Amino acid sequence: MKLTLKIWRQATTDATGAMHTYQLDGVSEDMSFLEMLDVLNEQLNASDEEPIAFDSDCREGICGMCGLMINGQAHGPEVTTTCQLHMRSFKDGDEITIEPWRADAFPVLKDLCVDRSALDRMIQSGGYISANTGSAPDAHAAPVEKKKADRAFDVATCIGCGACVAACPNGSASLFLGAKITHLGELPQGQPERWDRVIGMVSQHDHDGFGGCTNIGECASACPKEIPLDVISQLNKDLRTAMVKGR
Amino acid sequence: MAMHDGTQALNQASNQLSDDAHGYYTRGENIIDAKAPVGPIKDRWTNRKFENRLVNPANRRKLDVIIVGTGLAGGAAAATMGEAGYNVKSFCYQDSPRRAHSIAAQGGINAAKNYKEDGDSTFRLFYDTVKGGDYRSRESNVYRLAEVSANIIDQCVAQGVPFAREYGGLLDNRSFGGVQVSRTFYARGQTGQQLLLGAYQAMERQVGAGTVQEFTRHEMLEVIVVDDRARGIIARNMVTGEIETHLADVVVLATGGYGNVFFLSTNAMGSNVTAAWRAHRKGAYMANPCYTQIHPTCIPVSGEHQSKLTLMSESLRNDGRIWVPKNREDCEKDPRDIPEEDRDYYLERIYPSFGNLVPRDIASRQAKNMCDEGRGVGPLVGDFRRGVYLDFADAIARMGKKAVETKYGNLFDMYARITGEDPYESPMRIYPAVHYVMGGLWVDYDLQSNIPGLFVTGEANFSDHGANRLGASALMQGLADGYFVLPNTIRDYLADGPFEKVSEDHPAVVEARTSVEERITRFLSINGTRSADSYHKELGHIMWEYCGMERSEDGLRKAIDLIRELKADFWSNLKVLGTADSLNQSLEKAGRVVDFIELGELMCIDALNRRESCGGHFRAESQTEDGEALRHDDEFAYVAAWEWGGDSLDGGQPVLHKEDLIYTAIEMKQRSYK
Amino acid sequence: MAVSGLLFIAFTLVHMYGNLKAFSGQEKFNDYAHHLREFGEPILPYEGFLWITRVGLLVALVAHVTSAVILARRASRARTTKYQYKKNKHSALSSRTMRWGGAALLLFIIWHLVNFSFGKVNPQTGETGAAAGDPYTLMVDTFDVWWMTVIYLVAMLALGFHLHHGTWSATQTLGYTNTATSRQRAKQAGWLLAIVIAGGFSLVPLSVMFGIIE
Repeated sequence: MKLTLKIWRQATTDATGAMHTYQLDGVSEDMSFLEMLDVLNEQLNASDEEPIAFDSDCREGICGMCGLMINGQAHGPEVTTTCQLHMRSFKDGDEITIEPWRADAFPVLKDLCVDRSALDRMIQSGGYISANTGSAPDAHAAPVEKKKADRAFDVATCIGCGACVAACPNGSASLFLGAKITHLGELPQGQPERWDRVIGMVSQHDHDGFGGCTNIGECASACPKEIPLDVISQLNKDLRTAMVKGR
Repeated sequence: MAMHDGTQALNQASNQLSDDAHGYYTRGENIIDAKAPVGPIKDRWTNRKFENRLVNPANRRKLDVIIVGTGLAGGAAAATMGEAGYNVKSFCYQDSPRRAHSIAAQGGINAAKNYKEDGDSTFRLFYDTVKGGDYRSRESNVYRLAEVSANIIDQCVAQGVPFAREYGGLLDNRSFGGVQVSRTFYARGQTGQQLLLGAYQAMERQVGAGTVQEFTRHEMLEVIVVDDRARGIIARNMVTGEIETHLADVVVLATGGYGNVFFLSTNAMGSNVTAAWRAHRKGAYMANPCYTQIHPTCIPVSGEHQSKLTLMSESLRNDGRIWVPKNREDCEKDPRDIPEEDRDYYLERIYPSFGNLVPRDIASRQAKNMCDEGRGVGPLVGDFRRGVYLDFADAIARMGKKAVETKYGNLFDMYARITGEDPYESPMRIYPAVHYVMGGLWVDYDLQSNIPGLFVTGEANFSDHGANRLGASALMQGLADGYFVLPNTIRDYLADGPFEKVSEDHPAVVEARTSVEERITRFLSINGTRSADSYHKELGHIMWEYCGMERSEDGLRKAIDLIRELKADFWSNLKVLGTADSLNQSLEKAGRVVDFIELGELMCIDALNRRESCGGHFRAESQTEDGEALRHDDEFAYVAAWEWGGDSLDGGQPVLHKEDLIYTAIEMKQRSYK
Repeated sequence: MAVSGLLFIAFTLVHMYGNLKAFSGQEKFNDYAHHLREFGEPILPYEGFLWITRVGLLVALVAHVTSAVILARRASRARTTKYQYKKNKHSALSSRTMRWGGAALLLFIIWHLVNFSFGKVNPQTGETGAAAGDPYTLMVDTFDVWWMTVIYLVAMLALGFHLHHGTWSATQTLGYTNTATSRQRAKQAGWLLAIVIAGGFSLVPLSVMFGIIE
């Protein structure tokens, strides 16, 4: 198939960016979206135009490195990561707009690459259980109710791609935060630090300039791992409890 | 299986009679692992932990530790070393430590917990791992791995890793990869992800505490060796292009495997050999580079555009039946129109007792044989169809669609998403893909390479899996190295520190930095016509064709010639646009590809030298009458540790050092699956 | 935001119920209006309850608007470079119109207070204050002007939207919707309150317009 691609190009963080239009012919529907961009880059390289920078690593939907705004939707029209989106979701003659994640907490580094280290900083501010190596009791010391273990797992599948932030009209990272708060809060091992964790992570979230949540729900529909909005409620509940406890 | 306590040698040193690689290498001195422990095998690690010297807690913060890579081995090590109070600098090429490719492991992690009371033990896990590795690994290392495996599970649970649980709230286990005990812990099909996030969170906690400094989007391009000790690295800031010098008392490489030498593999796009290869060129030995694991159940290539391959759990072979058409003319037909009598269920035919459950290497090799005969299915890629059917029609008829969906639903969905075909309606197509490499930098028992102060952990080293890795053992090794082994062995080295400060003007530092800068300038100034990717693809074709599932003397010689031509062409016809001082993905690729080309050449030489079939290495010249792999323990029970001998374009040849494998606890046996 | 919002939900529900007194005729309606001033006597002084409510609502309004302004400013700072093209996947229109809808409601409330409470402006006669007539007359005269009815109906639509998202959003913000079921219930409550309150309010102007109330 033949496509018209409108792609955001920006040389550096401080440079002014703009949309550029490219024509690409011979796209097969078996290609993944990123393979389609690989083909475009080969073509650009051959015609002495610098290839488009975009992030990807595992290309099997688990590492969270890829993430493009495709036709105004984070990761495109399907519920999956950009790398798992295939060209059979498009048709001959389509015009596709491709932009980077846009949030001031995620500055553009070049073209479609953004800096998501703000997500790491939130984890640094409490998104862990303090268990030094070697200090652990036997794994069977604390049984975990299956229901809780399953819920913890379901929300622990967050891949940290940032699609929730990209899709949120407020630029909030509440879904990301809520997923980690819920994961660790469901487990007995996560209880001792539960209230400090939520205060620490939320403060860092606000400090890094993410927006506040108004429960619109675009985040959950953009999430390739289908993390539900429940986790934001859980986040709020934990935050409220933590404030009552005076942390 | 007889148990021996490990105090007496059970085999002789090898004596190689063949010399297939004559003319491609020079022979160096035999080496021994000077750190190898002796005595009863069950006491070796305990004794070593006691014998290794301690570092005073007050001294730890004066010691700088560089750890490259943030997967299970690197992330766990950074967290643990940070907790202990060392000054850690952690590097990764991704935008966050959480992206390391350990995250993609699906199946599970082995541990000798014996929670099922089904006869498992440390010794049994040790035995299975050595046997699975086709007796080409070091006993002491493997025993230690089995010994610490139980601690890994405890550690991960304490960190909040949400392993699968039973209704009673206790951890669930399953049997994996054909072993008869249930010792595999798992978190649905995303065990690697959960374990990695555990290590990542532990590491981020130390970043918050200030003991670990993280350098993301940084690529290590050179190791700094001063007075015969590794004292730092040269890294490129991939955003600004700045060439940075980082000095330290010790350097740890946890940089993963080099499966991407085949271009198409299940590795991540960025997985590369550069860190390990730069260390190799600085003198570190590369051990058993030809040992490659090929996984039989991957989604086949769909065309020339393909950028990577996706693995599906091999549990699919429990219920699916593998077949190809008997007649080539049927290969283009809709498989549902091919009558039963025209189908060849080749694994069931050749291996009636194991059928579709034969080991990974056999299933892979037979699939290739079928396709080479022209009976492959799916789209033509080049001159061949590269795929065989994995059919669930019988399973659906037997168990019902619902049951199949419960068991394999997520895999079927993944297949449907990638191929656009419905596996409930027509058979899946599968084909083998490179998945893991057992070879890697040579290390001693303490995980130290032959360069003092350079430690190597996880898939990047060669130590624990011999010629083949058992399922669910990669995660085990990565975490064992990172949490429990390295922190205990590295202290013996660091007890001599802090070492004399090295200045950035030291000639060795300047030399390292200059060589990196010159290389980058060279990539940008060739101004040829071909992209780095196109060289990578061509290299992949050569490696897959001649150094893949089946290797032959003639094929390997041809491959070496082709690779040398490719390398010469690379240096004269490469085209990299953009600049050195910005984010430049073409430039990053160029550096990685040329290191892969050099590695590919060494892999072929290693494969050519090893005229035996063992584990993931199958030499056409060494098989039984039935086409089974045939080992030659008397000739090849050794680790091939290769020393860099200069670029072949300048007449250089790698130098082979042999480390004999002497077993004291297990006797070597030939396997049979007929 | 959530607490003040819930307060408004409770207030509008009671207010709407009171308005329905209009169907009981002029006398009953005026009695009800007067009774509100005597509510709580003798413990409270005349109009005491009314003033407590007014002050309470004013505090809630200030809190509500302040939170809204803070959230809006944070959102605009969180994304200073806008998307060239952005599509919304599954979110409700009501959730994305809270800000403009809220601003419109604020303007409406100011007029509404001028109309019926502080100014007592009769749009038909042009009289103000006591001359505008008793509460019932003022109401009927107001809604006899067709464009006033349209303004009120549009405002009720905005209120319905605001309540639809606001109800579920408040429960979510307060952390009461941790499961798929409770989330669904909160959303159903949003629908219910939006229809009951906005619908109930709309009955009076519609009835005046169609001559059911005269």
